[in-house]
Amino acid sequence: MAELKKKDILFQPIFDNNPIALQILGICSALAVTTQLSTTLTMCVALTLVTAFSSFFVSAIRNQIPSSIRIIVQMTIIASLVIVVDQFLRAYAYDISRQMSVFVGLIITNCIVMGRAEAFAMKNPPVVSWIDGFANGLGYSVVLLSVGIVRELLGSGSLFGFEILPLVNNGGWYVSNGLLLLPPSAFFLIGLFIWALRSWKPEQVEEDQFKIAPNSRRVSDAF
Amino acid sequence: MAANKDSVTRTLLVALILCLVCAVVVSTAAVQLRPKQQANQVLDRQVNILRAAGMYQPGMDVQAEFEKMERRFVELSTGEYVDMPASYDQRAASRDPEQSVRLDGDTDIASIRRQAKVAEVYLSRDDNGDLTSIILPVHGYGLWSTLYGFLSLEPDAETVKGLVFYEHAETPGLGGEVDNPRWRGIWEGKALFDEQGNVAIQVIKGSVDGSTPDAEHKVDGLSGATLTSNGVSNLVRFWVGENGFGPYLERVRRGDAAQN
Repeated sequence: MAELKKKDILFQPIFDNNPIALQILGICSALAVTTQLSTTLTMCVALTLVTAFSSFFVSAIRNQIPSSIRIIVQMTIIASLVIVVDQFLRAYAYDISRQMSVFVGLIITNCIVMGRAEAFAMKNPPVVSWIDGFANGLGYSVVLLSVGIVRELLGSGSLFGFEILPLVNNGGWYVSNGLLLLPPSAFFLIGLFIWALRSWKPEQVEEDQFKIAPNSRRVSDAF
Repeated sequence: MAANKDSVTRTLLVALILCLVCAVVVSTAAVQLRPKQQANQVLDRQVNILRAAGMYQPGMDVQAEFEKMERRFVELSTGEYVDMPASYDQRAASRDPEQSVRLDGDTDIASIRRQAKVAEVYLSRDDNGDLTSIILPVHGYGLWSTLYGFLSLEPDAETVKGLVFYEHAETPGLGGEVDNPRWRGIWEGKALFDEQGNVAIQVIKGSVDGSTPDAEHKVDGLSGATLTSNGVSNLVRFWVGENGFGPYLERVRRGDAAQN
């Protein structure tokens, strides 16, 4: 790990080792907050900050943390940061924080934050850990923002609340796609994103865990 | 030092120091930002009062528009206006035994248990000083949470002008649809009382058939949110009924309360 260059640490999680697309972590918030770009962007900024700083602090005290309570120590740090972020949102972005409701608090349980703290920050110095957390936040943001753009543009005909495609309801021509406002559409979009990414970088495709046998005459032949 | 970092004393020490540091950070943030958050809540409440009255436009000067509203206090049991200090907080009063009454099971259909004796109302008037809407604060229990909102009535004190909730914790997407502008729009123009003056408004299961004679008293239920719909139905019925603002609305209808 020590040979990893800072540049690699910064850029790898965006496409080569994306936390959502390759590690399939943090999907639940990706479904919930991507109907509007404004909430998506706030979530991305909040998560990036929390991941970066929790990695930084965990790494700063990594040599002092007794291994028997390391997970709860990480959780305490993450939870404190999330509460601070939530308080700031309530003070300075009240409307957005109301729309995001519980999902800011749920950053605590976001696997990306815990994953980086446990897998990277416990073994690396603070500055590098900060960069790693920040980069993983960016990787998460890339996926969330692309899902958010498609969902808001095709689902509501707008971007950041500004009308791009005039809706039929408002006297325009665009019939909005209601499916894109529902959570399952984020699954389809993330699936398409992963498909596109793995076609571009085939080395991300996982090996089959088992081979499916060719056509067989009896069930027992298949196994 | 690193050698014995797994000892019990060390573990307890690290846990204690970490908790102290985190507690200080979290409470500092909470205390420092509280004034700003409270200002936001006040503003949000004002926006919702204006929204209930159908007077809200995005980008307007909420404070200035809200200043034009008249805030009055009503003694619920008699329906008379009373004077209260401007700092009167109805929600705090409903928890104070001195300033509230206990409701028993039969009358307490909104499941609020205690009710403040004095409630606030907001009156909005046009430039000629004629009443344009009466805005009543309402609350009651839904499925998971108490819903707090405002019910706005036409000057006849019988027809609904709007209903908004500004605080609740119902399931987003199901009960949370009480915030949906389309559903809120259904309330507009509904009649609260039947010809005998009994409370007739209710939220029904499914959608209302417009051709039935009492369709003007019925509101479509929210699909997938029967208990929230029942809660909203009960809380509206409670607050416009005889234990809620009933006596006050009666006085408004007679014309006693509309003037001052």
